[in-house]
Amino acid sequence: MRLPFSAILGIFLTSSFLFLAVFAQLLAPYPIDSAVGGVWEAPSATHWLGTDTIGRDIFSRLIYGGQITIFVALASSILAFSTGAFFGFMAAVKGGWVDQIMSRFVDLVMAIPSLIVALVILSVLPLNLTVLILVIGLLDSTRVFRLSRAVAMDIAVMDYVEAAKLRGEKQTWVIFREILPNALSPLVAEFGLRFIFAVLFISTLSFLGLGIQPPLADWGGMVKENKDGLIYGKSAALMPALAIAALAISVNLVADWVLSRTTSLKGGRGA
Amino acid sequence: MHPILKLVVQRIALGLILLLAVSLVIFLGTEALPGDTAQAILGQSATPEALANLREKLGLTLPAHVRYINWLWAALHGDLGVALTNGVDIAQAIGQRLGNTLFLAGCAAAISVPLAIGLGLVAARYQGRWPDKVISGVTLTTISLPEFVAAYFVIYLLTQVFPLFQPVAMVFPGMGFWEKLQAVALPVIVLVMVVLAHMMRMTRAAILNVMQSAYIETAELKGLSPMQVIWRHALPNAIAPIVSVVILNLAYLVVGVVVVEVVFGYNALGQYLVDHVTKRDLPVVQAVGLIFAGVYIGLNILADVISIIANPRLRHPK
Repeated sequence: MRLPFSAILGIFLTSSFLFLAVFAQLLAPYPIDSAVGGVWEAPSATHWLGTDTIGRDIFSRLIYGGQITIFVALASSILAFSTGAFFGFMAAVKGGWVDQIMSRFVDLVMAIPSLIVALVILSVLPLNLTVLILVIGLLDSTRVFRLSRAVAMDIAVMDYVEAAKLRGEKQTWVIFREILPNALSPLVAEFGLRFIFAVLFISTLSFLGLGIQPPLADWGGMVKENKDGLIYGKSAALMPALAIAALAISVNLVADWVLSRTTSLKGGRGA
Repeated sequence: MHPILKLVVQRIALGLILLLAVSLVIFLGTEALPGDTAQAILGQSATPEALANLREKLGLTLPAHVRYINWLWAALHGDLGVALTNGVDIAQAIGQRLGNTLFLAGCAAAISVPLAIGLGLVAARYQGRWPDKVISGVTLTTISLPEFVAAYFVIYLLTQVFPLFQPVAMVFPGMGFWEKLQAVALPVIVLVMVVLAHMMRMTRAAILNVMQSAYIETAELKGLSPMQVIWRHALPNAIAPIVSVVILNLAYLVVGVVVVEVVFGYNALGQYLVDHVTKRDLPVVQAVGLIFAGVYIGLNILADVISIIANPRLRHPK
C-alpha cells in the first residue's frame, strides 16, 4: 500500500522531533542556560533563531526544551495508557459493580475541564516533573479508560474470549492474552491523539507558570519568557509556539493515517 | 407527566447531583493531598507552634467532613470566605471579575456561533469543491493549536505585521460599551479561532448526514436551489446535533478563557484563578474552580435538555 504524502510528512517530522529530543545534548550548539549573545538578537549565522530575553540561544533552548516537553508528554501518555487501558479492560471483563464504580468515577472527573482540575490539584502539590507527569497522565487516562472499555466490551463477547474463560484462564490472562492483542489497533491511533493532548497540556501549564520550572526549559515556558518581546516586534516567542504547533500537526498527520488504516481494516468506524 | 418534562427534570437532577459530587472532589481532593493551608501560608521554615496556632485560627483542626459541610453551606449563601494571601472577601473579588469574563466569552460566542454555522453551511453546500477544502483545511490547523499559541500568532500578525490593535486588553469599570468592545477585540478573535473549527466541522457533518435523506432528493427534484434545500430542509433537521455541539463548545470556552485572559493580561476570573494557584491560596482556588465547574456542567445540562426538546420523536409520543 502506498503511503499518502501527508503520512510521509508526518512520520518524517515526528521522527525528526524525536531525534532532536533524544540527542539534544549532542546537537545543541550552545548550553541551555547561559547568555551567549545580546538580548533579542535577530536570527543570524551564529544564532540560527536569534537570542531570547536574556541573550540565550533560542535554537539550543528549543532543542533542550523539546526534550523536556516530549519526555513529559511521552511519560504521561504512557502512564495514561497503561492505567486507562488496564482499568478499562478490567471494567469490561468484570462488569457489574466494579464497572459501575469505575465508570461513574471517570464520568465525575470528566465532568470538570481537565485544566481546571489540574489547576486545583497543582495549587496544593509541589511543582516537579513527577507530579506533572502524574497529574497529566491520570487526567488523560480517563479518556483512554472510556475508549478501551468500549473496545473491550465488543471483544469480551467474542467466542474466543468465552472459550478462554471456560478453559478456566485467569482474569489477567483474559485481559492480556485475549483482549489486549485484539484491542491494540484502535488504541495505537488513540495514542497519538493522547500524546498531542499531553504536549498541549504541559505547554499550557508551563505557559501559565505552573508547569516545568526553571532552570529546565520547555516550549510553553519559553513562550512565556519571551512574550514581552512581541510588543517590540521581536519574534522570539513565536519560535517555541511554532515548534508546539508543528509537533502537534505532524503527530496528528501520523495518527490520522493510522486511524484511516485501522478503520478500513475493520470495515467501518473503529470503536 | 409529559415524557419530555420527565426527561428534562431527570437530566437536571442528575446534573445537580454531579455538581454536588464535583464540589466534594474539589474540596476533599485538595484536602487529601499532602501539605496544608497553614504550611502554605507560613512556608517550610515555620515553627510547629506557629503552625498549630494558625491551624486553630483557620479551623483546620476540625474533621474534614465538618469543614466541607460548613464550606458548602456558606458557599450556597454567597459567602466564599476570604483569600488567605490578602484577606479580601472572595465573593466580592469574584463579582467584579465574573462580569469581565462573561463579557469576553459572550462576545466570542456571539461571533463564533453564527460564523461557524454559516461556514458549515457553505462547506456542506460546496462539499469536496474548493470552498469546502479551504474552510476545512484552515479549521484543521487551528484545531490542533493550544489557545496561547494561537493567541501569539494572532498578536504578532495583528499588532506587528498589520498594526491594527493594541496587544493588551485592559478594561476599567468606567469604560463605555464601545471602548470595552474595542479593548477585547484581540482576545475575542483568538477565542473565536479556538472554538470555530470544531463547531464548523460538526455543522458540516450534521448537514451532510441529513442531505442523504429522501426528502432532500424530493426538494432537489422539485427544483429548489441548493442553498434553499439546505436552509429550508436540511438545517431544521440537523438543528439538534448542531445546537448540542455549539453549547459544548461554549462550555469549552470556559477553559479557553483562562489561558486567553492570562495572555492578554485581562483582569477577569481566569487570571484571578491562575494568580491564586501560583500563590497557593486554596480557598480562592476552590471557589473559582467550583464556579468554572458549575458553568461547565450547567452548559452540558443545557445541551442535553435542548437536544431532548429538539427531538420530534420525544415531542410527539405515540
